[in-house]
Amino acid sequence: MPKLTIDGIEIEVEAGTSVLQACEALGIEVPRFCYHERLSVAGNCRMCLVDMERAPKPVASCCMPVGEGMVIRTDTERVRKARNGVMEFLLINHPLDCPICDQGGECDLQDQAVAYGKNTSRYDENKRAVKNKEFGPLIKTVMTRCIHCTRCIRFAEEIAGVPVLGATYRGENMEVGTYVEKTLDSELSGNLVDICPVGALTSKPYAFHARPWELRKFESIDAMDAVGSNIRVDVRGGQVMRVLPRLNEAVNEEWISDKTRHAVDGLMKRRLDKPYVRGADGKLKAASWDEAFAAIAKRVAGLDGSKIGAIAGNQADAESMLLLKELMQSLGVASIDCRQDGAKLDATTRAGYLFNTTIAGIEQADAVLLIGTNPRKEAAIINARLRKRWTMGGFPVGVIGPQIDLTYDHSYLGAGPQSLEALLKGEGEFAAKLKAAQRPMIIVGMGALTRADGAQVLAAARQLAEQVGAVAEGWNGFNVLHTAAARVGGLDLGLVPAAGGRDVAGILDGADKGEVEVVYLLGADEIDASRLGKAFVIYQGHHGDVGAHHADVILPGAAYTEKEGTYVNTEGRVQRGRKAAFAPGDAREDWAILRALSAHLAKTLPYDDLASVRRRLVEVNPAFAHVDDVAPSAWGAFGAAGAMDAAPFVTAIDNFYQTCAISRASATMAECTEAFVKGRQEEGKTGTHG
Amino acid sequence: MLSDKDRIFTNLYGFKDRTLEGARARGDWNGTADLIAKGAEWIINEVKESGLRGRGGAGFSTGLKWSFMPKNTGRPHYLVINADESEPGTCKDREILRNEPHKLIEGCLIGGFAMQANASYIYVRGEFYHEAMALEKAVEEAYAAGLLGKNAAGSGWDFDIYVHRGAGAYICGEETALLESLEGRKGQPRNKPPFPAQAGLYSCPTTVNNVESVAVVPTILRRGAPWFAGFGRPKNSGTKIFSISGHVNNPCNVEESMSITLRELIEKHAGGVRGGWDNLLGVIPGGSSTPVIPADQCNDLIMDFDALREKGSGLGTAAVIVMDKSTDIIEAIERLSHFYKHESCGQCTPCREGTGWMWRVMRRMVKGNARVEEIDMLFEVTKQVEGHTICALGDAAAWPIQGLIRHFRPEIEARIAKYTRNAGAIAAE
Repeated sequence: MPKLTIDGIEIEVEAGTSVLQACEALGIEVPRFCYHERLSVAGNCRMCLVDMERAPKPVASCCMPVGEGMVIRTDTERVRKARNGVMEFLLINHPLDCPICDQGGECDLQDQAVAYGKNTSRYDENKRAVKNKEFGPLIKTVMTRCIHCTRCIRFAEEIAGVPVLGATYRGENMEVGTYVEKTLDSELSGNLVDICPVGALTSKPYAFHARPWELRKFESIDAMDAVGSNIRVDVRGGQVMRVLPRLNEAVNEEWISDKTRHAVDGLMKRRLDKPYVRGADGKLKAASWDEAFAAIAKRVAGLDGSKIGAIAGNQADAESMLLLKELMQSLGVASIDCRQDGAKLDATTRAGYLFNTTIAGIEQADAVLLIGTNPRKEAAIINARLRKRWTMGGFPVGVIGPQIDLTYDHSYLGAGPQSLEALLKGEGEFAAKLKAAQRPMIIVGMGALTRADGAQVLAAARQLAEQVGAVAEGWNGFNVLHTAAARVGGLDLGLVPAAGGRDVAGILDGADKGEVEVVYLLGADEIDASRLGKAFVIYQGHHGDVGAHHADVILPGAAYTEKEGTYVNTEGRVQRGRKAAFAPGDAREDWAILRALSAHLAKTLPYDDLASVRRRLVEVNPAFAHVDDVAPSAWGAFGAAGAMDAAPFVTAIDNFYQTCAISRASATMAECTEAFVKGRQEEGKTGTHG
Repeated sequence: MLSDKDRIFTNLYGFKDRTLEGARARGDWNGTADLIAKGAEWIINEVKESGLRGRGGAGFSTGLKWSFMPKNTGRPHYLVINADESEPGTCKDREILRNEPHKLIEGCLIGGFAMQANASYIYVRGEFYHEAMALEKAVEEAYAAGLLGKNAAGSGWDFDIYVHRGAGAYICGEETALLESLEGRKGQPRNKPPFPAQAGLYSCPTTVNNVESVAVVPTILRRGAPWFAGFGRPKNSGTKIFSISGHVNNPCNVEESMSITLRELIEKHAGGVRGGWDNLLGVIPGGSSTPVIPADQCNDLIMDFDALREKGSGLGTAAVIVMDKSTDIIEAIERLSHFYKHESCGQCTPCREGTGWMWRVMRRMVKGNARVEEIDMLFEVTKQVEGHTICALGDAAAWPIQGLIRHFRPEIEARIAKYTRNAGAIAAE
């Protein structure tokens, strides 16, 4: 390990470290614009210049690797002059429009201008103006503010895997853009706003909405997909203004998907803010909580448990699911299910429904097989991690399922179970690669598990994993990729039909036939609700979506930003979301609603505060004790033996932008659907259409 | 004055046969296999001993550069020839490509062998259409004669040459931008380290050499290092093609001994300064990026790397731009300033923003529409660009202006005073 001296302090760092990183390790601040630790090094802003002994001119510390005996100074007059000079150059063509710039208050250029800038300008010539670019509904561009650090270009190419950005023209005419104007077709495009050090790329939906110093910040967990991205929720006056990523190397690094970031405007639309009861005229009428609970108590009274069903939705927190289960058990209900999409996963073997490799573990893998999944749409952050691993090289990727664009190269092995069977027999080139891999991964998606033969596919995948050595001491390469934030938590709590109970399809069937008379929906909107017609439907949730439309009683709940909730992500990582805002009107936190209802049904649940619910969570499943961590899960037998249907696997998510009640209520997500999903489907569309 | 028997480029003017046959008659390809048989170490040592310094402008020892190439890496090695000759005033490589292409090709083979390269890319300036054609024809001839390809020239070394044409960007003459361009990307210089010898073309060990540096190697090896080292002052040895342009009676390219005096060079070969030596205003001694040297320092000016560096300028590519007293020196430098603003790649901040700023101030200075304090500000801006950029283009843009301010400040001040006076008079009317 080379030893060097920085400002008179000796430090030993690993070979290959840059001088800038070594300075940071010592706590010496080095200003920079183009350098970003997750992107390749460009060394073009020249802000990080430092003095190196025996070097005739200052060196850019970000791209200078450390060497034995190097002597670096960051505090000399020459360094200060060089940085002042660079700052002056950056400012001569940068507009001084901070008062109307959304980056104001959190702008690298602004901050560093305070440290290195002059308070007057010596530049008397005309300033440069650059035409703005159109990057779609999420990114607003003010290209005159661009300082050409090329972070966005490198992000699009390296992290997002959509190499559409580049620099055109030379010298001071250089412009960042797509050359032929087009939108940025990436699920991660919102991160461009975060990495842009100035206000050239800002969030379009958030434009002119708030200033950073007006916001209260809450560290929370995302519930838009099963990744459990760590987020920061920024709130002003009870309204969620925006969502930003929070650093967590094990989960989302520092990226979040566009849905996580931009669906939050849906939190202000179509909200259920008071209880409703359907009157004799068949119309929903606003009611008090007591009236709503009374209506439920009246209908449920004396009803046999077999005539009741309960379905937990995709964004339910673990606390409310636990109370739902215990309430139903006390009513003698066996028909309870958290698998809205009908995934054939059983709750007995935890390793059988988890992403066992873990997200960070992807970086250790050396081959991956995707079965019936499109991670780019189902878990964009996991796809970014797969891509990160792929860019390191030596990472063959095989795909069974629909033809997809993953942003990295892959071998397409076939559309359905036949290809899986071929792999089991060891046929084909990819089977050999999987077999040869030291740490192979198999990822099974909902596109393969929600079929009638899902359990058989699961068993086949398990068999393949065992066969290729994906499950070994210290390595578990078997992974289920969930699409719902609540799913793993629900399975951990055993929200599956008890003996003699019905699953989601059974409940819907029963409701259709009149065998099930009461259905309790805990935020379940992704079911065919038209089949609930005859049953008495209780909908507890936060949005007036599918479930609420068919409800007889509506109990207004809280969205994920409005309650303290526990979520278990697809890896089995238990994480806690925080209450950033209050639910609107009379809406309450979901566990409290169920607790209140239980009293009205004379089955009072023994929980008076959140802490007691959480203690019970750990009793039910010790995995809940591992907050922010993944409890190890023992391997076992799961799935069901039998033949698989030859039908090809389908995609679990057609429209990435609208997958839940919140994103369906979001105007931004609707615009994205229009621009990225429909626009792609109707390629031939011309200006005269519509 | 260099005698004809000591000239390396005997067909510099294209008066003789430029084909392989003609080149052979002049001694090219004579005993190439024997030279190679003496081994890589001998070749590199001989080039070192000859004192040959890179002819592209920086003047770094060619033999030393070759010795920096790692050995037996298991990866391909490349020799890349920089024929992107775009420095204003320079036109020496053009003549080599046109009339002496076989000297370059033979040099590529010998240099390539010495550095374990089996392939060489020759990056020819986009505007050099005829030159590229001539070179390609010569390469074809060499292949047909078995001088390239498998067992090139009977040496036992396999060697291929690819001619690549640029698209006319000055910055692609910077060695790493050239490599970027060769790889198919936007021509923008890379950060160093890593140097091309470690990670160059396609991240493989690469040496980038100027056309003239490589083309002289076969002759040096045949005639011996001491012969080449015998010309010029110590550490500045050899012969060199000078391109003399501007206000001389007979602008020309000429191969001369290093360390010749400027006056001898101009008077013997270029027919003297227009209007006589006393009519000289100044010279730009080494292509547009080297600072101007005023006439009073030109009388016994020695033309080599070290002498010119002492004068605050440089030999560069030895493209001597002569200016007589009819020259508007401010406008001349403003034109160069515009060139650098136009050719800046835009990658790094000081050059992207600084070249435009400098040019705009220069444009006002031409008219005199400036304040005297702005001369100092301009000088400071050039200092803010110089040494802070990824490549040397920033320095190249700064130096001519620094040279101007150092030597012709009274002229600029007079221009400003005149303009201010006139403007005042107009305002008074």
